[in-house]
Amino acid sequence: MSAVTTDTTSEKIATGKARQARIVGGVLIALALLVLFVLDVGAGQVATFKLSRPRDAIVLGDLVVPGQPFNLVAAALLAFLGVRQFLRGGVRWTSISLGVGLAILVMAFLVWATADKSFSLTGMLQATMVRAVPIALGGLAGVLCERVAVVNIAIEGMLLAGAFTGALIGSLLGGWGGLVAAVLVGGSFGLILAALVVTFRMDQIIAGVVINLFVLGLTSYVSSQVFAEVRSLNNAPVFRAWKIPLLGDIPVIGPMLFNQNLFVYGALILVAVATYYLFHTKGGLRARAVGEHPRAADTLGVDVYWTRYVHVTLGGMVAGFGGAWFTLGSVGRFDENMTGGRGFIGLAAMIFGRWHPVGALSAALIFGFADSLQQKLALLNTPIPSEFLAMAPYIATIIVVAGLIGKARAPAADGKPYVKE
Amino acid sequence: MDVELRGITKRFGSVVANDGVNLTIRGGEVLGLLGENGAGKSTMMNILSGLYSPDEGEILIDGKPVVFQGPGDGIEAGIGMVHQHFMLVPVFTVAENVVLGVEPTGRLGYLDLKRARAQVDEINQLYGLHVPADTLIEDLPVGIQQRVEILKVLFRQADVLILDEPTAVLTPQEVEEFFGIVRSLKEAGKAIVFITHKLHEILEVSDRVSVMRQGRIVGEGDPKTLTEADLAEMMVGRPVSFTVDKTVAEPGRPMLEVSDLVVLRDNDEIAVDHLNMVVKSGEVVGIAGVQGNGQSALVEAITGLARAASGKIVFDGKDITHFSVRQRHSEGMAHIPEDRHKSGMVSSFTIAENMVLNSYYEKPYSKGMAIDWPTVHKTAAKYCVDFDVRTPSVFLPAGNLSGGNQQKMVVARELERQTKLVIASQPTRGLDVGSIEYIHSRLIEARDEGDGVLIVSSELDEIMGLSDRILVMFDGRIVAEFDNTGGKADRNAIGLAMAGATEGAAA
Amino acid sequence: MSDLSSINEQMRSLLARTARGRSEFEDLVVVPVFAVVVALIFGMLVMLATGVDIATIGKSFVALAKGSLGSVNALSETLTAAIPLVLAGLGLGLGFRAGLFNIGAEGQVLLGGTAAVIFGFTFHSLPFAVLMPLSLLAGAIVGGLYAAIAGALKAATGAHEVITTIMLNLISFKLLDYLLRQPYIQKEGRADPISKSVPDAAQLPRLLDWLDPNLRLHAGLFVMLAAVVLVWWILFRSKIGFAFRASGENPHAARYAGMKSGLVIVAAMGTAGALAGLAGASQVLGVLGRASPGFSADIGFDAIAVALLGRSHPLGILFAGILFGGLEAGGRQMQVDAGVSIDLIAIIQALIIVFIAAPLLVRAIFPWGFARKSKGGSEV
Repeated sequence: MSAVTTDTTSEKIATGKARQARIVGGVLIALALLVLFVLDVGAGQVATFKLSRPRDAIVLGDLVVPGQPFNLVAAALLAFLGVRQFLRGGVRWTSISLGVGLAILVMAFLVWATADKSFSLTGMLQATMVRAVPIALGGLAGVLCERVAVVNIAIEGMLLAGAFTGALIGSLLGGWGGLVAAVLVGGSFGLILAALVVTFRMDQIIAGVVINLFVLGLTSYVSSQVFAEVRSLNNAPVFRAWKIPLLGDIPVIGPMLFNQNLFVYGALILVAVATYYLFHTKGGLRARAVGEHPRAADTLGVDVYWTRYVHVTLGGMVAGFGGAWFTLGSVGRFDENMTGGRGFIGLAAMIFGRWHPVGALSAALIFGFADSLQQKLALLNTPIPSEFLAMAPYIATIIVVAGLIGKARAPAADGKPYVKE
Repeated sequence: MDVELRGITKRFGSVVANDGVNLTIRGGEVLGLLGENGAGKSTMMNILSGLYSPDEGEILIDGKPVVFQGPGDGIEAGIGMVHQHFMLVPVFTVAENVVLGVEPTGRLGYLDLKRARAQVDEINQLYGLHVPADTLIEDLPVGIQQRVEILKVLFRQADVLILDEPTAVLTPQEVEEFFGIVRSLKEAGKAIVFITHKLHEILEVSDRVSVMRQGRIVGEGDPKTLTEADLAEMMVGRPVSFTVDKTVAEPGRPMLEVSDLVVLRDNDEIAVDHLNMVVKSGEVVGIAGVQGNGQSALVEAITGLARAASGKIVFDGKDITHFSVRQRHSEGMAHIPEDRHKSGMVSSFTIAENMVLNSYYEKPYSKGMAIDWPTVHKTAAKYCVDFDVRTPSVFLPAGNLSGGNQQKMVVARELERQTKLVIASQPTRGLDVGSIEYIHSRLIEARDEGDGVLIVSSELDEIMGLSDRILVMFDGRIVAEFDNTGGKADRNAIGLAMAGATEGAAA
Repeated sequence: MSDLSSINEQMRSLLARTARGRSEFEDLVVVPVFAVVVALIFGMLVMLATGVDIATIGKSFVALAKGSLGSVNALSETLTAAIPLVLAGLGLGLGFRAGLFNIGAEGQVLLGGTAAVIFGFTFHSLPFAVLMPLSLLAGAIVGGLYAAIAGALKAATGAHEVITTIMLNLISFKLLDYLLRQPYIQKEGRADPISKSVPDAAQLPRLLDWLDPNLRLHAGLFVMLAAVVLVWWILFRSKIGFAFRASGENPHAARYAGMKSGLVIVAAMGTAGALAGLAGASQVLGVLGRASPGFSADIGFDAIAVALLGRSHPLGILFAGILFGGLEAGGRQMQVDAGVSIDLIAIIQALIIVFIAAPLLVRAIFPWGFARKSKGGSEV
């Protein structure tokens, strides 16, 4: 076999990555056409983005964007990125191109929707953060469980249980009491999940589904049986925003990060703590070993069952905290099924975030952005039916789970029960 | 340190894996523990390392009885086990794997990887293991992974090292190096238990040998005074030869021609790299090689399970490069997969269902959109009789069968029809000697009927015994070819080729 | 080669069927019975905990029994509630057999039902013998296609069907909201989202109106029974069913045996969705008469419990569906007679699944109910 034949045949080898690169290229070009023809803004129309509110300490001027030129540039950029994918070396740019392309699309969309109107960018970013909280905490709960190889479909139920407990105990004992109770109840559902899947070796998916059904049934039952009669049991105080001095006055970033309530700060701190724990401590190393190769961990004296119990319970506590956001962090009142699938989106955030706490938070921010965008757009009277905008996060989740935006590796033992010998 | 096992009995359900076993292990000595697959060696060592607890009997360390509650206790007592299937986390570095469970920590549980690395390097120096501390396990070759396992045990200051089938994944030269490590450990005063079913290895390295059969110790002795034949008879309970009876091959027309084949792994890495090979009718071709050199991908591409990224596969004159698994099957290709549990059978299905797993859609089993079950059942019964599958009924789940009978079931399914080419991956892995002999004779029979037979095995002994021609696969390519008529191929040269040395560069 | 005419003695003995063992009996009968009993007891505890007094609890259990079995009307209600549960449950059970955990039956029921309604009023001029079956078929096809999306995603990209089907459920809720406001579908003169009514010629006729015009049991009963037989045949007699089961039990071995895993996944998902769609169609054509938001009333979720309780076996699913239908009908009676919220039934159902899916748990709670089982495990 000579070197010459080797070279000619290697040209023909179609790798999966090359195919993916071409698909992304096609998508980007389609997006360019979309921006050009569907999101086209009339000549002379401008989009006005407000960066600060009248009473802010530092007031910035409005950002005024000329619509037509902006979107023409956006379309051109998208087209360039798309074509780039088909050229030599396009493979290396796939994920960057797709990320940048989607960001450009969102901007072009905003400009189109805001043409000749005005829109508070700061307000939307603040809402993004707030809406990301339950998703990020759900995702973090998922990270803690899946890092020890327990698939937690029950995050939704744990969030709901946390929301319910927050409202009930919050009404009786006040906000802090409600918060602690929500965390404990979330943790106990974690403990139940761990018992079902670790000790009783129930299928992890079924166990999760069952906990969801059970929590939904129980909270709906109590809320129609008890809350409907005694309204005072469903009237909890709400944690207000605490503005951090100075930092909270920074334009745009201040309201988003430093003028929020307990839950936003809590989520950020938990993500930081979890990251340190998982990747820089002894306990984290053992937990990850249990998730990747439980038998190896077992032979080295790491107690696989105990590790799983602890982390799934911790995950439940995080989810309980996230659940309390729905009541104690926002409306103070529990409604049937008020979590509305946020737990599942949290799970998608975890996958999107590659089983990493920071990744899950980033993904949650994207979902939060989509969520708040949908809310704001309803105010702008765009011609898109609100139902379709409401579907956007779900469709995005499917896209994420389908791995259309990069594929990551789950912990190797994920979802598999461990049977000690 | 001396360890004594007294009257150890361990049952799994109705199966007695260990039956009143007595064994003594002494420091500065290599004890060879020999036995067939399923003789109870691994169970006993798992008891010694604390992974299982015995139903009866006791363990004495330096004369004092000890009770182990879990694997941690075995390590604590200075007993470390190197498992046959490596217990390494592939996405962790060597250092992380080594310190797992006994991590050097700072404040707040901070994991001190710097110290871990230094400690790993220290042991590396002491025993000359040469393992890179910062490399991910998945990036290391199996031979080095095994050293990581030894490193792990030494890091825990074990005085007794149990090595379970450690040579299964090594080339003959790596085995020599490995024996060197074993000897240096022995000189350092460690007690070594060397478990294997390979006779010549026992004779080469051990100071004392114990033979197990059906859960009992059936013989002990001094390897200097024993021959391979003695050991084999003790191990199996009857005289065995281990050579495969066969005539000289009469190769006919080319049955399988693979040219310039490239197969990619899921992550786009090249598994099979422009490979060329031919299997003719009436010959057995064996592919030798250390596992992980693309053999699985090659077999998957030939059988239609993996896509050929480029190149051509011709089967009896027909280009089948783009044929499906089913099309290849109906062309007369038989495939005995390497892992029968994972890919060869459905454990919860009945034996009858498993017998038609890949032919249920063909005549005579198919009747319109339905399956003709009475015919299936009768055929399955016939197959069981013909291939000596021992079961009371074809309606029992295949998972209830012993490993040997399961494999005979798979072989029956693949060979009991008109075939032209038989591809067998690790056809006898984990089986007892009786089943191994039976399956080998069936494969030779297929050859004598004019089939091409391709054997892929990491057991060099099996390749040497069965094949008429031996190809050595390394890094996705065939790097050497040997004529093995009459079993004449040079074992040493094959070993060098398995390690990637081309003949010129071997010296 | 396989000359089967000469069956020798050895082969004859191999062909003898073995009797069912005690542990199979325990799995199929004892565990489910325990599960139902424990769940009912737990339901009682929940009532106690929420301040329901003993007398009312007694009254609610009487109402539960009366409402499910106590009269012709109760039986009719039980069966009527069972029809969609069994149909959707058969689909889910078939999916489980193929190794697919389809949580999306709810969305498939919704869209299948909606499609049946739209087909029904669009072709209202067709005669009954054509319109009714075609409306059912429309429901089945749309349900099947919707489920096939999740199947195709799994086959093509490996996306886990649990997440995708949950998302498809949420999407279907919004989609239904949107559809029900479209002028073509929305009932004339209504501001709220509700569809036009199904014409008489598309409706599943009531079976017992000769006895009492209020009895709601409809011809969907026969659809249900036919589906039980069909699914049994598919699973245990047909070639595709063999591939479903093999892929469910061991996808690797199925692939090695030449079965196309992608095809199996899409086909199994599609069939499951078609049955769920049929459940939705029979519900709108037999009971509701039109589509409204949330008309599926959690049928798709309850059907998960039905399929698990029925051990994914068509006959088991039939019995489990009738049991759940009874709980449903009795639960309504309970709400009326004793003022206990019907959400209690959801709790009981969830608990039933827990005990069914974790037989080890039932064995741990009732060690005396089972023969001593030797510990599993084998030599490694």
